[in-house]
Amino acid sequence: MAECHPVAFQWVVEAKRRGATIIHVDPRFTRTSALADLHVPNRVGGDVVFLGALINHVLSGGHEFREYVTAYTNAADILPEEYVDAEDGAGLFSGYDPATRSYDNATWRPTGERDLTLSHPRCVFQVLKRHFARYTPERVQRACGISPQDFSRIAATLVSCSGRERTTAWVYAVGWTQHTTGVQHIRTAAILQLLLGNMGRPGGGILALRGHASIQGSTDIPTLFDLLPGYLPMPRPDDVSLERYLTRIPDTGFWGNKRSYLVSLLKAWFGDAATAENDFCFGALPRISGDHGTYRTVLDMIEGKIKGYFLWGQNPAVGSAGARLQRLAMAKLSWLVVRDLTVIESAAFWKNSPEIATGELRTDQIGTEVFFIPAASHVEKGGTFTNTQRMLQWHHKALDPPADARSDLWFAYHLGKRIRARLAGSTAARDRGLLNLTWEYPESGEEAEPAAEAVLQEVNGRGPDGRLLSGFAELKGDGSTACGCWIYSGCFAGGVNQTARRRPHTEQSWVAPEWGWAWPANRRILYNRASADPAGRPWSEAKAYVWWDAEAGQWTGHDVPDFERGKPPDFVPEPGAAGPAALGGADPFIMQRDGKGALFVSAGLADGPLPTHYEPAESPLVNALYKQDDSPVAKSYPDHPATHNQLGGAAVYPFVVTTYRLTEHHTAGGMSRTLSRLAELQPELFCEVSPSLAALRGLENGGWATIITARAAIEARVLVTRRVRPLRIPGEGVIHQIGLPYHWGSEGMVTGDTVNDLLPFVVDPNVFIQESKVATCDVKPGRRPRGPALTDLVMRYRREAGLEEDR
Amino acid sequence: MKHQASVASRLYGRLDDVSGEAGYAEHPPRVGFFTDTSVCIGCKACEVACKEWNALPDPDAGVLKLSGESYDNTSALGASSWRHVAFIEQGPLDAGAPAAGGLSPADVLGPALAGLASPDSVAPATRWLMASDVCKHCTHAACLDVCPTGALVRTEFGTVIVQSDVCNGCAYCVSACPFGVIDRREDDGRAWKCTMCYDRLRGGMEPACAKACPTDSIQFGPLDELRVTAAARVQELHASGVTDARLYGADPDDGIGGAGAFFLLLDEPEVYGLPPNPVVTTKDLPAMWKWAGGAAALLVAGVAAAFAGRRP
Repeated sequence: MAECHPVAFQWVVEAKRRGATIIHVDPRFTRTSALADLHVPNRVGGDVVFLGALINHVLSGGHEFREYVTAYTNAADILPEEYVDAEDGAGLFSGYDPATRSYDNATWRPTGERDLTLSHPRCVFQVLKRHFARYTPERVQRACGISPQDFSRIAATLVSCSGRERTTAWVYAVGWTQHTTGVQHIRTAAILQLLLGNMGRPGGGILALRGHASIQGSTDIPTLFDLLPGYLPMPRPDDVSLERYLTRIPDTGFWGNKRSYLVSLLKAWFGDAATAENDFCFGALPRISGDHGTYRTVLDMIEGKIKGYFLWGQNPAVGSAGARLQRLAMAKLSWLVVRDLTVIESAAFWKNSPEIATGELRTDQIGTEVFFIPAASHVEKGGTFTNTQRMLQWHHKALDPPADARSDLWFAYHLGKRIRARLAGSTAARDRGLLNLTWEYPESGEEAEPAAEAVLQEVNGRGPDGRLLSGFAELKGDGSTACGCWIYSGCFAGGVNQTARRRPHTEQSWVAPEWGWAWPANRRILYNRASADPAGRPWSEAKAYVWWDAEAGQWTGHDVPDFERGKPPDFVPEPGAAGPAALGGADPFIMQRDGKGALFVSAGLADGPLPTHYEPAESPLVNALYKQDDSPVAKSYPDHPATHNQLGGAAVYPFVVTTYRLTEHHTAGGMSRTLSRLAELQPELFCEVSPSLAALRGLENGGWATIITARAAIEARVLVTRRVRPLRIPGEGVIHQIGLPYHWGSEGMVTGDTVNDLLPFVVDPNVFIQESKVATCDVKPGRRPRGPALTDLVMRYRREAGLEEDR
Repeated sequence: MKHQASVASRLYGRLDDVSGEAGYAEHPPRVGFFTDTSVCIGCKACEVACKEWNALPDPDAGVLKLSGESYDNTSALGASSWRHVAFIEQGPLDAGAPAAGGLSPADVLGPALAGLASPDSVAPATRWLMASDVCKHCTHAACLDVCPTGALVRTEFGTVIVQSDVCNGCAYCVSACPFGVIDRREDDGRAWKCTMCYDRLRGGMEPACAKACPTDSIQFGPLDELRVTAAARVQELHASGVTDARLYGADPDDGIGGAGAFFLLLDEPEVYGLPPNPVVTTKDLPAMWKWAGGAAALLVAGVAAAFAGRRP
């Protein structure tokens, strides 16, 4: 966190000053570890074992927050007899089909019965106990290299810092997510936090640190292929009508108002053209027919299925896993538009890239027409950032962008205008969606810059009279309201840009509701009904946050209550009620069907209802817990010729390599390797190795090393550091891990090899995130070969590993 | 009260009103930096903010190389680096020392695994000390004392700055600084160092490094207030078991009369590359002048005697 979020880390420093205990679990000792009370190095890829053992510690010791667990989670749900847990299925759950590498979750659905004593052998609580019983400190040592003493210290601290009087927060970043089991890492933490009563309460929660500014915003109003704004799913080809689409979205909790959200979105996009008669132009939305994620798209490019590609502030030639494939794919395009601050590697791959150097690509044979369009930086335009707390903060434009550089908003808006002008008068059905779009924003200045505030107002939503809405409760499903993103409704309430508020913390309550604006409804902690007991009283004086005011007949407190304001704690829903009305007065998790925190997830996950440890796609160890070694449902695109057989075994690639970032640089380097002030602070790519690995392989501090995987070989300077510690695994020997920051590429003021070339195309089955935190490699002293000899080196290793040659 | 400085306090010893002594009848309180290294996260925002605000020259991209000294690629304070974050790795393994080529794996695996101790041991403590170094703005600043052109001056804030338009590049100040802070630029030979953002101070703003520091490791303010804050912080750390915490440069009775920029360290000063007991290099100037004066008098007397003794 100190490495990549130094500004946010000030609050961890502040918490420590006030007596908080900071524990850092990370393969390497970072700037975060330097300030933590305890740093524990672990093997990458062992996180479910580590977190699962903490769950086991809580459950076997009776340390769960029993009252919270019984009332607020689905611990009491009874599962059907047909359900088979991974515990009894050698690492697989019931419903697995090896042919399709997927699960049918029919046997995971609870029966509807509940046992509030949590003693029924098939209740979630008991299933959970059995499932995690094998996650012992000894197995933590085997899978993670963490000593039982360190583990016990962490477990004891966690338990003593949870309960009525205290709470614990977990903070993670891509160290948890970029795995074939990424989603399950977060799930394991969620189970732990629910058992300890650390959700919906001040000082608790699971906090996702994002990769850079407004990544949260780009999931809320998504750049993801499978979502519409506000987490509505993208329509599929069989969604032939709005009605049909809506039946696909469950009526759970506040999703019950889904029609209002979607119809208001369509009204925001298509305006007067959207009517009840034409399904509010629902037919004009694109459809998805499967995986259209980044990695699938790249493979489609290689196959020639994709002609054109827009890159907005993204540099896949350096920043995406399998960067070599990314470049080969871009070389197959007809056209490529790169919008960035400088000419990044993705705009220059056709003349300067490792493949040009090895002769695999020749400039005169690349047909891709590359358009580089200079972009304005964040200080050269107005707009919002949405941070990890779901808080929108407006930033004002400080200066004009230089020369031809324009804001992304300018580019998208004027591109749309030009396309619409070209299509004007068209009667073709396929053009109707584009022509129906509401595309009028006030323009100002010589460059006709569209007003970003007008876009935010559209996102906030308007009523039939044009009045800006005060929140999503006002949204209607009849077409009388328009709103670009239901969860953001209220960010312009009262005609005031709420996101631009900057009242100092000294002039308001400690929750600071008048700094920016947080979705939904300016609520700072989600599900905060859980900060009060089932009767609506704070769990403790120290942790009071929102509570039921019986006299006033409403919820009140320090934050905006995340609950229907007038619904009393003892409210019991009518039988057959749907949506919010189906939730009782003590059901805090209002986006869930039953209002309960999901210890057990019966629908929505591709890899099982409970987190289960699987080894990474490439690992020097076999699974210490189950017969099933790696994730049975991870996507590796095995049939694709470009990726075929690209996973390397431990005999030839004996070491673990993990990638990460440094404070001094920004992701793929386009915003830092181009600036002298930052470039000079970390001028060269380096690998971090322990003194013992350095001795083992003859690596010298400050010298060169070549790192080889089944995909590629790169060179890096060597930093020999005691901050990287070899892990002793009982019965297995010593695991050496090599650390590689991935910021370098072939353009800019300081250049270096591209670390992402080393990584495979293998992704999590839920969200299609790549496994870039762990792979296996070899390391040798000295620089890598130049020209075709580089390919020969990679091929020699592949032959030794028994891998097929694919080119 | 106007402070009447003796010759001794002008060059050495306690001096409570450094600006007054420099001739400012009316002046704001002396300001300084308290750099609390116990909360430094090594982000180098101070280095970047300093270079941006003071428009320090860009490095030559062609010469940028990894230093191999942990995460420190700035290496030292210099004419164009007025803040420098040091990174010191400590721990059970033999000093991040580069493994010598002649060692067999077993030679190094031994102590390496000894660091891990037995499988059931608690992880040994690794420390990564980070500290942002800067000009100390000494109460008794030798750089200023030796400057023949008057380029180095004491400001009304009690800080020491170089007037670049007066500096003639003689470099006396470079050898006079007990900390090795002040440095000449290769191009024109003039001397440069931290000004504590004199221009910002004049405008009522805090220095750029302190403004940019996310964890308040660099604190700026009236020196007497900072000393109180720092003493309390040491007590707080001692109470929480960090018994290594100590102040460096905070004592007005030390060899430089106390630093205007002082530090909270977690180890001996030498570990951070700081001299343990810095003494203003002009401390003995009066005595030297006395001896030199005596020698000169003797010389004059000798010459006079020689002439006096000459026969007409």
